[in-house]
Amino acid sequence: MAFLDKHKAIETHATLLMVLSLLVVSIGGLVQIVPLFYLENTIEKVEGVRPYTPLELAGRDIYIREGCYGCHSQMIRPMRDEVERYGHYSLAAESMYDHPFQWGSKRTGPDLARVGGRYSDEWHQDHFRNAKSVVPESVMPPYGFLFNREIDGRYIENVVRTHAMVGVPYTSDMIENARADFLAQVDPNGDSSGLQSRYGAAAVPNGADVNVRNFDGQPQLTEADALIAYMQVLGTMVDFSTFTPDASR
Amino acid sequence: METYSFLRQFADSWALLSLFLIFLGVIVWAFRPGSRQVHDEVANSIFRNDKTPAPADDPKPHVKEA
Amino acid sequence: MWDYLKLVVLGLIALGAAIASNYAWDLAYQVNAIIVMLAAGITFLVVLRGMDEVKTVNTNEYMDGVVRAGVIATSFWGIVGFLVGVVIASQLAWPWLNFEALNGIGNFGRLRPLHTSAVIFAFGGNALIMSSFYIVQRTCAVRLWGGNLGWFVFWGWQLVIVLAATGYILGGTQSKEYAEPVWYVDILITVVWVAFLVVFAGTLMKRKEPHIYVANWFLLAMIITIAMLHLVNNMAIPVSIFSSQSVQVTAGVQDAMIQWWYGHNAVGFFLTAGFLGMMYYFVPKQAERPVYSYKLSIIHFWALIFLYIWAGPHHLHYTALPDWASTLGMVFSIILWMPSWGGMINGLMTLSGAWDKLRTDPVIRMMVVSIGFYGMSTFEGPMMSIKAVNSLSHYTDWTIGHVHSGALGWNGMITFGALYFLTPRLWNRDGLYSLKLVSWHFWLATIGIVLYASAMWVSGIMEGLMWREVDANGYLVNAFADTVAAKYPMYVVRMLGGLLFLGGAVIMCYNLWMTVRAQPSRVTSHAAVPAE
Repeated sequence: MAFLDKHKAIETHATLLMVLSLLVVSIGGLVQIVPLFYLENTIEKVEGVRPYTPLELAGRDIYIREGCYGCHSQMIRPMRDEVERYGHYSLAAESMYDHPFQWGSKRTGPDLARVGGRYSDEWHQDHFRNAKSVVPESVMPPYGFLFNREIDGRYIENVVRTHAMVGVPYTSDMIENARADFLAQVDPNGDSSGLQSRYGAAAVPNGADVNVRNFDGQPQLTEADALIAYMQVLGTMVDFSTFTPDASR
Repeated sequence: METYSFLRQFADSWALLSLFLIFLGVIVWAFRPGSRQVHDEVANSIFRNDKTPAPADDPKPHVKEA
Repeated sequence: MWDYLKLVVLGLIALGAAIASNYAWDLAYQVNAIIVMLAAGITFLVVLRGMDEVKTVNTNEYMDGVVRAGVIATSFWGIVGFLVGVVIASQLAWPWLNFEALNGIGNFGRLRPLHTSAVIFAFGGNALIMSSFYIVQRTCAVRLWGGNLGWFVFWGWQLVIVLAATGYILGGTQSKEYAEPVWYVDILITVVWVAFLVVFAGTLMKRKEPHIYVANWFLLAMIITIAMLHLVNNMAIPVSIFSSQSVQVTAGVQDAMIQWWYGHNAVGFFLTAGFLGMMYYFVPKQAERPVYSYKLSIIHFWALIFLYIWAGPHHLHYTALPDWASTLGMVFSIILWMPSWGGMINGLMTLSGAWDKLRTDPVIRMMVVSIGFYGMSTFEGPMMSIKAVNSLSHYTDWTIGHVHSGALGWNGMITFGALYFLTPRLWNRDGLYSLKLVSWHFWLATIGIVLYASAMWVSGIMEGLMWREVDANGYLVNAFADTVAAKYPMYVVRMLGGLLFLGGAVIMCYNLWMTVRAQPSRVTSHAAVPAE
């Protein structure tokens, strides 16, 4: 019997080790992660930030698929040179609808947090086809194939709906019209009033109208349209006149 | 700011103190008197049973060495 | 009965995967579904053919088959991972290697996660699984618990690797660094990992030794913590059951915090705690003397696992993450230096009184150098986590250099040491085929790492300084493109370093192969085989 008692103690020992280790490794994460969801000062209160339009969202998915985050950050730090080079430092509010975040960790290429509106669509077209044609030093791979891949927004409603499920404020109106809005954004001659009424200046306090253009310069709607639409909206949403830095943060 | 200030103060005082005490506790536990024999025993356990498991009828193979 | 159940389940999986591939929304999903179908089909046939066999479990022997398979898989994925690394390093130096004709599948952006996952999870993961299975059996003096569950862990892990790798190339990714596999691969990882925990913990529970040897502590903490990190960081909702795409539950700043809590502890637990478990077993074994201080190893363990988990936010200094979080990350990273060096000293001093072995035994030399690199990168890491240093080093190649001195130097070298240790023992061979080749491997790898790390130091610090350089009027001196052009020589040197490292690993594979093929069997000293 004495042996059995000992055996039991040994067994508990392994379990104890497991439980104790789990406890010890949980503390750090709990302390660092949980408060970010509850502290009032985690995300700044600013105006102008809206969810991505269906086309921009599709462009973001291409950005993710191609692994762009491996070489491009989307997070400007408040250092002088960064602000000088890329613009106002990034706010947490600017990525609050980014599921998942795209801050990146490496700048093999430049930061893209405020690349929107900085270059023309034509520049982006050239750059994606052959980066060296506009930046001779560039080591970026070619993305000409994006211009040959037609898309039709077949599944975009599902994508938008899933984003709504995780808390992005897409209304049922936005979800139902996702595909229509997707197509409307690349058609400058069509009717984009619906798109604007959902995502444009009228819908967002201190917001701006959505870019409605033929982004890839080709008649057909391609992945390049979506990606350039995403590029052109990056960092353009927030209205800095509504931003006051928080000293305690 | 309420929650933030409270947590900040708590972290800087009691949480810090308790972490330090736990740290001391682990060290004292590891260096407790009489632990040497146990630890030497365990440290050498890797040199036993290299080729085959301990026989089924021997619940305490380490005793042989002790 | 049990076999029939297996057949039914496997059949259903194969059928389900076939249907899924038919309705796939995207190519990555479709190809992955076909792979799952094939894997389930092959397993079905294997189970079917083995049904008549009488199953005997010889509890008087260790279950080494799965460890042998692990040795082969580790070597294989090591070569694959290093090779992809050399390829993408070349792509950065010579961008024309991103072939337009491949329609994106061979671009740097898609190959980079292939490289990181192949090295961390395929090479490192197989090394961890195989050495866990080896160590836990020897230190518990019992056969691996759970029978074929060990084999399930091994093959399940290979399937995870193949699914993830094909997914990346075809565009299936979550974009969370080092957690890129898509949602269904994440589910498979969870299943395999829980099985791993069950096998490992089951063996611990059944052990004959009264104490749990410290290597097992590290390995157990690794398994548990990785499970926790994996589950939290991969919380995502699939867009459809037929799509590889999913949407992360968390966003922006919280998601960034969770990602780097995960990311840094993939380093801290997968690549550190787990490999420390290897160190605490293989180094004393190869040196033929017990670990220097067992007490120190206990403190090392608790301090390391407690402190490491806090270090994540140092990846987010000066970002939109609130200051309190990144300060916590910095402070704990600096404190972490102490247990890390405690462990390093413990490993190195195990050789005290046997330093002469460094001259005679290239395997121990490899292990010692790996501990040296562990010490170096665990000094460099805390230093880079200091905000002032980080403001320069972040976003630059310095980080890449730091990661590689850890991954190539510490993880790579200790794994090579373990492979050299294990192969003759597992195949019952009389020593390695050639110690001279081990020396060659040692020097190629070491010089490779030195080239790699120094190239990245130069390039990282240079670009950091060039980015922030302003003239007397306060204008930026360098365009971003200037810094890209200036890095070209360093990129070439880095590629050469990687090539040397790869060359060393190829030599190792040849040496291990010849050990199994050409070395005479060890004169068996199986004295006194216990009665059944």
